[in-house]
Amino acid sequence: MQTDVKSKIGTFVGVAVILAWCLLPVVWIISLSFKSQEAVTNGSPGFFPSDGGGAGWQNYKDVLDNGQFRHAVFNSIGISLIATLLSVVIATLAAYAIARLDFKGKKFVLTTALVIAMFPVVSLVGPLFDMWRTFHLYDTWPGLIIPYMSFTLPLAIWTLSAFFREIPWEMEQAAQVDGATAWQAFRKVIVPLAAPGVFTAAILTFFFAWNDFVFGISLTSTEKARPIPAALSFFVGQDPFNRPASLLAAGAVVATVPIVVLVLFFQRKIVAGLTAGAVKG
Amino acid sequence: MTTYVQTAADDPDTAPRPPDSDRTRAENNLARKLVAPALILMLLVTAFPMLRALYLSMFDYSLTAPDDKEFVGFQNYATALSDWLFWRDTLTTVFIMIVTVAFELVIGFAFAMVMHKVIFARGVIRTSILIPYGVITVVSGFAWQFAFSYQNGFVNSWLPFIDTDFNWFAERNSSLIAIMASEIWKTTPFMSLLLLAGLAQVSNDMLEAAKVDGATWWQRLYKVILPNMRAAIMVAVLFRALDAYRIFDNIFVMTAGANKTESISFLTYRQVIEQFQLGIGSALSVLLFLSVLVVAFVIVKLFKVDLADARQEN
Repeated sequence: MQTDVKSKIGTFVGVAVILAWCLLPVVWIISLSFKSQEAVTNGSPGFFPSDGGGAGWQNYKDVLDNGQFRHAVFNSIGISLIATLLSVVIATLAAYAIARLDFKGKKFVLTTALVIAMFPVVSLVGPLFDMWRTFHLYDTWPGLIIPYMSFTLPLAIWTLSAFFREIPWEMEQAAQVDGATAWQAFRKVIVPLAAPGVFTAAILTFFFAWNDFVFGISLTSTEKARPIPAALSFFVGQDPFNRPASLLAAGAVVATVPIVVLVLFFQRKIVAGLTAGAVKG
Repeated sequence: MTTYVQTAADDPDTAPRPPDSDRTRAENNLARKLVAPALILMLLVTAFPMLRALYLSMFDYSLTAPDDKEFVGFQNYATALSDWLFWRDTLTTVFIMIVTVAFELVIGFAFAMVMHKVIFARGVIRTSILIPYGVITVVSGFAWQFAFSYQNGFVNSWLPFIDTDFNWFAERNSSLIAIMASEIWKTTPFMSLLLLAGLAQVSNDMLEAAKVDGATWWQRLYKVILPNMRAAIMVAVLFRALDAYRIFDNIFVMTAGANKTESISFLTYRQVIEQFQLGIGSALSVLLFLSVLVVAFVIVKLFKVDLADARQEN
């Protein structure tokens, strides 16, 4: 009985620690975004804005009034969505083949995907920088969409093929017995069953594209294609020796909102997708 | 999957391969068509540029003077490998990798144990644990940079043994602590989710049996839980270690490599993008790629990671 109470208290403390761990830095950056520019310049240590050091919504107004930041938000949303859509369509085709069909070279595809998932992205920046300038892809949307697709495909393929393996085989065979071709069996039977898995892969792909920084700073030079993370890192303000911390924080909060919304609505699917590729069969 | 075809393909000497039936050939064709776009795209952006890097690394080639391109053989590699800077940055990277993965493993495992036990508020915990995972690394870097700042942060006033005007970013070790704090904060949740999935595969009957036999909590942890989720732990460590070895975003945002906090990725980036030295930069790219392979190889050999086993394919 006593150990029961003890373990309950332990779990309760554990939960409190997890929540604090996950949310503290987020609350901190929100709090920072409400500090006024003067307070930050003069130095305002402490977690919450001090008396008279608050700025209300001013930082948010300023950051949204900033044309460069607005462009970055537009770029990030557009590039991430297009990359996600294309990547998931291509990965779905490949994952279907891997999970359902028997063919030579399956191992090669899976190994390639795994190697690319672990590829040091920075080592590609030099040659890509050079190539993209030759192909006129430098500082354009496709210039970022193409590498985002390549690097999200492995995760999408692994997640999707794990999902696809769970789908009942018999239904596909039943369709083929009824005279459907392999392609029809894929489109009419498997796609509706696989939709939840596809959706999960899409969210994870979107997270990757939204988070990317290396390609974002290396393959763009202007607001034409520069995504949010790169724009934030180049955000200097009038005084380069004194970064506008609270303004940056407001921009950071704006950049985090879409992620939080996705997590709130789809947490179950995201957890399933993250672990499906790596641990479960 | 038809196991017959697989065994035949694996073992061509003992079992002569039967001629492909129409159905097998059709399946092969369809599969190739379905896989081709993904494979081409993946190789287009990795293998092809990597080959180009290999080629460029043989030249003394700078974008500031593109006409003076000159073949120099392995000179660039010699320059990089004989420079202490390269080794210092590699050591920094390995140090960050080992420390962050060790912390993430321990904290992530503790989190996974709590999440495994909890019956109330599961949704809330899962939602919160995904937030660090989703937050942009650059944002995490900023949040922690400002948190550690002595002018505008809260860390100094919260830690009792630190002076309130201690500047974390004035020297190497404390800068690295700040960088690793951001890295560990962001990636521990991912680790804990992977471990949670492994934990769910440990059979409850075995744990009950151990309990009945009088095993203490520690004994159950070491003798039952850990050995049974070995595969999950190893996969988590491999993924995270290779990811940590690529560390770039946090360093760029928090110190920009000042006070010798540069990682090997950052060094490569600086040569290529900031100084336009494509020749030596490409040599560094190739070395970075090779060092990732070495790290992966060491981890797989050292811990005997079996990826197929982890995915229960055997």
